[in-house]
Amino acid sequence: MQELINRIKELLADGTVARALGWRAGDLPYNPEPAYFETAESLQDFVYNGFCGANLSKYMIEASKLEGRTLVCLKPCDTYSFNQLLKEHRVDREKAYIIGVGCKGKLDIEKIRQQGIKGIQSISGAELTDEGETLTIQTIYGEKTCAYKDAMLERCHVCKGKEHKIYDELIGESKDTKDAERFAEVERIEAMTPEEKFAFFRSELSKCIRCNACRNVCPACSCRKCVFDSVKFDSSQKANVDSFEEKMFHVIRAFHVAGRCTDCGECSRVCPQGIPLHLFNRKFIKDIDELYGEYQAGEDAEAIAPLTSFTFDDAEPSIVGKRG
Amino acid sequence: MSIEAKNEFKPKIVAFCCNWCSYAGADLAGSSRLTYPADVKIIRVPCSCRVNPMFILRAFEKGADGVILCGCHPGDCHYSTGNYYARRRMTLLFSMLDYLGVENGRTRVEWVSAAEGVKFSQTMNEFVEKIYSLGENVRLGDLRCRN
Repeated sequence: MQELINRIKELLADGTVARALGWRAGDLPYNPEPAYFETAESLQDFVYNGFCGANLSKYMIEASKLEGRTLVCLKPCDTYSFNQLLKEHRVDREKAYIIGVGCKGKLDIEKIRQQGIKGIQSISGAELTDEGETLTIQTIYGEKTCAYKDAMLERCHVCKGKEHKIYDELIGESKDTKDAERFAEVERIEAMTPEEKFAFFRSELSKCIRCNACRNVCPACSCRKCVFDSVKFDSSQKANVDSFEEKMFHVIRAFHVAGRCTDCGECSRVCPQGIPLHLFNRKFIKDIDELYGEYQAGEDAEAIAPLTSFTFDDAEPSIVGKRG
Repeated sequence: MSIEAKNEFKPKIVAFCCNWCSYAGADLAGSSRLTYPADVKIIRVPCSCRVNPMFILRAFEKGADGVILCGCHPGDCHYSTGNYYARRRMTLLFSMLDYLGVENGRTRVEWVSAAEGVKFSQTMNEFVEKIYSLGENVRLGDLRCRN
């Protein structure tokens, strides 16, 4: 982390960049927050550890409108989002100085809490340079340990790879943390009967409080005007008679990002209710892969998106339900 | 009117028909005196590609029991390629609805040309029959959208 801070200081000092976009220590040991750093002094709050899950590429939309270049720290999976935004002409490559930061999987505080670890005071072992595979957690009830792997975000178990797809320079080592099948959960749901599927999504989505966090964090949801902000949209309020009223919100949102979603997993990470929102996006990705050929959004800035192209012998919509 | 008659299920079915083929197909069905159920409400669109997947979700939200999209046969689109894009979109949307647990058969895409009045009438009869067998759409309706 010191190497990264020193490099940012250098770049700020020699005027290559006007500001840096990174993470600042939050009020708790496990919630660093995205922040701009404009001076060397402000960098004393800079952190980069296992809890820095936030994808900073979306902030580059606004940063591209600012004077001067912005340094941005991107993890391997964040570079996919940056590429995708580049393809959509939402960010300016010239305005960005990308430091590809190393990543060995990001942590999910909820997973630590699920293991019964409460009253957390400090956590060690989350630094990128830490070699160990365990986290040591100081709690008000004493010291607890937790395997790093067991505390990883869901998205890190299906890691897309340790390579940065776009960068100006790289700092730190990355690790491919994939140890699960990406579409396993989607396949499990697909195998259910319609009644089971409906019951499953009803139980998950009825938790939705419509805080819009998933939309606000999503790098693909970058429209200046969003359909869900319209007061004329009659489902913009909560219904007091139905617990499953937000199904359409999530289906519409997933469709809006279909073919553009890089599966960065931010929606599920930020959901305060713990809804596995990535299951919607992954369903579209799986369908696109199966029907129109393998496609990873953001892998490069050139490939033709599946929903803006076609072939003469595409499957007919009646294929739905006939597939095994 | 007796009470029983009131409780009888009358489906609301929305049919999006493209201006150049399917709408003309519906006209031909009419002028050939072929019948199809009055439960089908046709919405004319310039091209099947004009149908944003949100239109379909919106129809369901507002209480439709089935939605069918009719367009020109692939290769015959008035705008050359519109229906190819529509085909991809609808496949993904229908697959998502299936994934959500909506009964298969509430949505359908059918290519109907301007010369296929018979096909139009047959398709609509079949589709309405299917919706009658599936019953009311309770899974996708949204009470806030009923008016």
